[in-house]
Formats: sequence, structure tokens, C-alpha cells
Amino acid sequence: MEASFDLWKFTKAALFYALVLVIVVVAVFPFYYAILTSFKSGTDLFRVTYWPTNISWNNYIQVFSQGSFPRNLLNSIFVSAVTVLGALFLAITASFALSRVRFRGRGLLLMTILAVSMFPQIAVLAGLFEVIRLLGIYNTPWALIFSYTIFTLPFTVWVLTTFMRDLPVEIEEAAIVDGATPWVIITRVFMPLMWPALVTTGLLAFIGAWNEFLFALTFTSNNDTRTVPVAIALLSGGSQYEIPWGIIMAASVVVTVPLVVLVLIFQRKIVSGLTAGGVKG
Amino acid sequence: MASIELRNVRKSFGVVDVIKGVDLTIRKGEFMVFVGPSGCGKSTLLRLISGLEDITSGEMLFDGKLVNALAPSKRGIAMVFQSYALYPHMTVYENMAFGLTLEKGHGKEEIRRRVEKAADMLQIRQYLDRLPKQLSGGQRQRVAIGRAITRDPKVFLFDEPLSNLDAALRVATRIEIAKLHEEMNDTTMIYVTHDQVEAMTLADRICVLRDGLIEQVGTPMELYDKPDSLFVAGFIGSPKMNFITGEKTEPFGCTTLGIRGEHMVIKPDGIWEGTVIHTENLGADYYVYLEMGTDEPVVVRLDGGQNYQSGDKLRVSPLDDRIHRFDAAGKPIR
Repeated sequence: MEASFDLWKFTKAALFYALVLVIVVVAVFPFYYAILTSFKSGTDLFRVTYWPTNISWNNYIQVFSQGSFPRNLLNSIFVSAVTVLGALFLAITASFALSRVRFRGRGLLLMTILAVSMFPQIAVLAGLFEVIRLLGIYNTPWALIFSYTIFTLPFTVWVLTTFMRDLPVEIEEAAIVDGATPWVIITRVFMPLMWPALVTTGLLAFIGAWNEFLFALTFTSNNDTRTVPVAIALLSGGSQYEIPWGIIMAASVVVTVPLVVLVLIFQRKIVSGLTAGGVKG
Repeated sequence: MASIELRNVRKSFGVVDVIKGVDLTIRKGEFMVFVGPSGCGKSTLLRLISGLEDITSGEMLFDGKLVNALAPSKRGIAMVFQSYALYPHMTVYENMAFGLTLEKGHGKEEIRRRVEKAADMLQIRQYLDRLPKQLSGGQRQRVAIGRAITRDPKVFLFDEPLSNLDAALRVATRIEIAKLHEEMNDTTMIYVTHDQVEAMTLADRICVLRDGLIEQVGTPMELYDKPDSLFVAGFIGSPKMNFITGEKTEPFGCTTLGIRGEHMVIKPDGIWEGTVIHTENLGADYYVYLEMGTDEPVVVRLDGGQNYQSGDKLRVSPLDDRIHRFDAAGKPIR
């Protein structure tokens, strides 16, 4: 009796881990294959292997030495960082107003903000292009920062508003009695309490801006102003008949690393922030 | 250090009138308690005084100066909230110093001195480096009080500060607040509670509120001895005052006769007869519930150590000089 019970337990555990393995493999394989490919060279590229055979750094060297890839990388970092900072700043101040200041039409405004994020990018592309031309920022990083911020803000504002609404009103009132202005309340009382929400939304905004393709392709026109996703797509090989897969893969791996690093750094913050929510004011 | 005057103060939230015209003067250094059932507007009145809510109409004066439009921090007030409302990410020291760091003109040394002085008054000095989450409820409330003391306010506001604490801690903290009032005897204190025991033990004067209006203002003993209405008579005192209506009141010439449980004596020639339906032995006190043909059973409060059984027949008499007579409108006949 006891033996069969153990067998059943063992089977259950085995099935569970098998399932976990399947999920992990399916999720990780594409990325793994990209890394694998990035270390291959020559015709080796077109042989399907699942384990690294000989590692060559050639592709990586080429990515950084040819064309304007380093410049594109800097563009991406600049655009994403400024987008995140700008969006978070606007979203924090906006969500303070939306969650704490009573004014007419607040609910409608919140719904409108959410509705904006429902439009597909392609629908607003032409209109946005006109606005960007009008502002005279076409083919500059500001065109991308501007358009990414527009698309990031609804989500960011929505999440932060929900989060801020849950902060106890009394903490804000205590700060008012202590003589804090709204700005002091936001920066010295609310922001430290909102770290988890800020990190989460900031990270998502960063990833969105980092990987965005359509706007980046449309609003920039030369190599020096492009961001990484477009630059990768436009990488060319020795002739127009050759697609440089190795270099593309190497570039892709390079641009993914910063995201992984960011997530690893802030993951602790996200988790610790969530558990700290149990603190009663 | 401030006297507060309210002149016909009203507050409405949309169409709902919460405060319906309050006139009240609070003297310098006085401990004033607002008491009343939930929804009577006592917390709203406190928030109007604090400036966290704007008054809809009327005048509010601090030391004779109109403060209607003055921000809370400019009124010289400090407030202790029911839920403590400490800043969770700041240490106890930072919590207490926050208000002073925002005001200009306080040096680091001065801030430290004032925080430590307040911490010593409340015996929380050993917790200065801790975060609020590392403290118990009672300690947190002491920090909240300490934060208010540090600002050296002219007016000290308490919004039901004890209702989140357990019974034993509530008594201990109540005594501490009373001591605080003695030490800071030139600071005006206003305290909101629904607990009439807190009101009786802490107050210099009590203001009983009902439906956004003041029922009566007076010292605890004035309210106990000479309630101005049936409502106050029923609200102040525990157990609740007995109200007797019907033909039993005829010899006394009133519609409602009020008599407190402690002002009745059991004697063979008592004027009322009743049947014991329930008894409560509290050790020092002994409550007897008598059924004697009134709407509610009459409670008689005796010294401890008595022993009555349900079904016993007793005769009781009220003490003549302790009878409260009320007319049909609920007003006292004196």
C-alpha cells in the first residue's frame, strides 16, 4: 500500500517537473537559438545544431566595428531613458491629481486616458507624423521620445492612479498638517511608498520604448538617428542577396542584455515592495 | 496657547449638511472633548478646525483672527489620527522631525533637541531609529503623539486616537494624554471620541454633538448632574440613565422621568415594585435589571457583593434630589 502511494507521489512530481521543463524550453528556446547562432560563422550558420560547437566572437566584433551600431545603441539608451523619466514624471503628477484632487470630469478623463491606449499604432501614425513635422523634431530622438511617451502614459497613469488611490488618505493629511506642499507630498511621502509601482511601470515603459519598431522606422531617416530595432532590421550583408544572420543575432543578443540586467536589478525591488505593502500606516 | 471661536459654522458635502450652524468658544489651554454618536459630525468639526476641510459658511477665529482660508500648517495645529498615519518609510526620528525640516529656520541641532525632548516625554527614545512597522500599536500611537508635540503646536487635535488600541492600552494611553495635558497646560487640546468614559476622564469641558448641532457644552459634572436634554442625559453616564414614562411619572409632574442606576435605593417601602429579570456582577458594582412595567427594564446599580435571583420581587425608590424631570419636548423641568 505504502509503496504504491510513493509511486503515485513520484509520478505526480515527475509530471509536474516535466511540464515545467516543457514550458521553460518553449519559452527560452528562441532566445537560446539566437545566442547559439550569434556565435556561429560562415556556412556553419545554416547547419542546425542544438549545442555550441565552436565559439567565434566574429559577429560581435563586426557588429561594433561596422556601420553605426554603437551610435544606434546610444540612441536607444537615450530615447528609452528619457521616455521613462519623462513618462514617470508626468504620470506621477497626473495620478496625484487624478487620485487625490476632486475636480469635475475626473472619471471621464480617466476613461479617456485609457481609451487612448486602445488605438493601434498604425491608426495614429499619419496624424502623429504631421504633429512631429509641425514641431520640427522629425528625424531627431525627440520625435521618438514624444511618440513613445504618448503611448506609454495611459498605462503608466492608470497603474499609478490605482496605486496612489490605495495609499491611506491620512498619511497625506498628516503631511499637510506638517506643512508639506503637494510637491513635497509627492516626492518625499508618496514616491518612496510607490517604488514597486514606479519600478514596474518604468520597466515596462523602458522595454516598450527599447523594442519599438514602427515609429522608430517612420520618424527617423538616417543611420545616425535610428534606434537599435530598426538598425538591426536594416543591417545588410556583403551583397543584397545575403542576409547577415550571424550579425543580426549578435546585435539582438547585445540589445537584450540591458533589459535582462535591468530586470535582475529591479526584481528585488519589485518583490520587496510587494511584501512591504502589509505595513499599516 | 490659542483660543478658538466658531461663529455659526456650517459644512455641507454636496446636498448633505453635516454641520448645521455651530457656535462655540474654546478657551486657551482648555481640554475640549467632542463627543456624540457616529455620524453626528464631531470628526468633521475637528477637521474644520484643523483646516483639512474648508467651512461652507460661518467664521472661525484663532485668537480673534479669522482663519477661514488659512492652510492647516499656518494655523499652528498638530493632529493625531485614529490610524496613526505615520510615514511608513521613515524612521521614528524622521517621522517626528519631518514637520520641522519643512519649516524654514530650524537648525539640525534644534530639531534633534526638540525631537528628543518629545521622545523623552513619551518614553520612546529607544525607538527613534526604528521603522513604524517594527512598533506595536501603542508605540505607534505614541510616535504619532510625539510627532505632534515636536511641532510645538498652539492647538493639539486628537481624532479618536485610542480606538485602534486594545482595552488595557487604551486606559494607559488615556492616562498619558491626561498627563500630557498637565505638562503642556497652555496648549489648547481638542479631542474627538465616541466613548463617554474618555470624555468624562479627560475633558475640562465636553461638547455633546448630535446631527451636526451642539446639544450641550459643559464640564463633565455639569453634563452628569444637569443634562440639558434627554439626549445628553442618555449619552453621559454608564450604565445609561433610566427613562421612565407613563403613569409612574404623574406624581412627579413630567413626561419623562430620568434616574441613574446609582441614584436608586432598594428598601421595603420603596415607591416602585419590580421583578428581577437579570443581574450582572462586575466585582465592584452589581447591576440589577428590574421589570416594572416600563418600556425598558430599569437598571439599579448597587455595590458589589449582592446576590439577587431572577424572579425576586424588589421595591425601589429614587433619591429625591437626583431625579431628572423632562417635558414632552425632552427639555428639563427645573
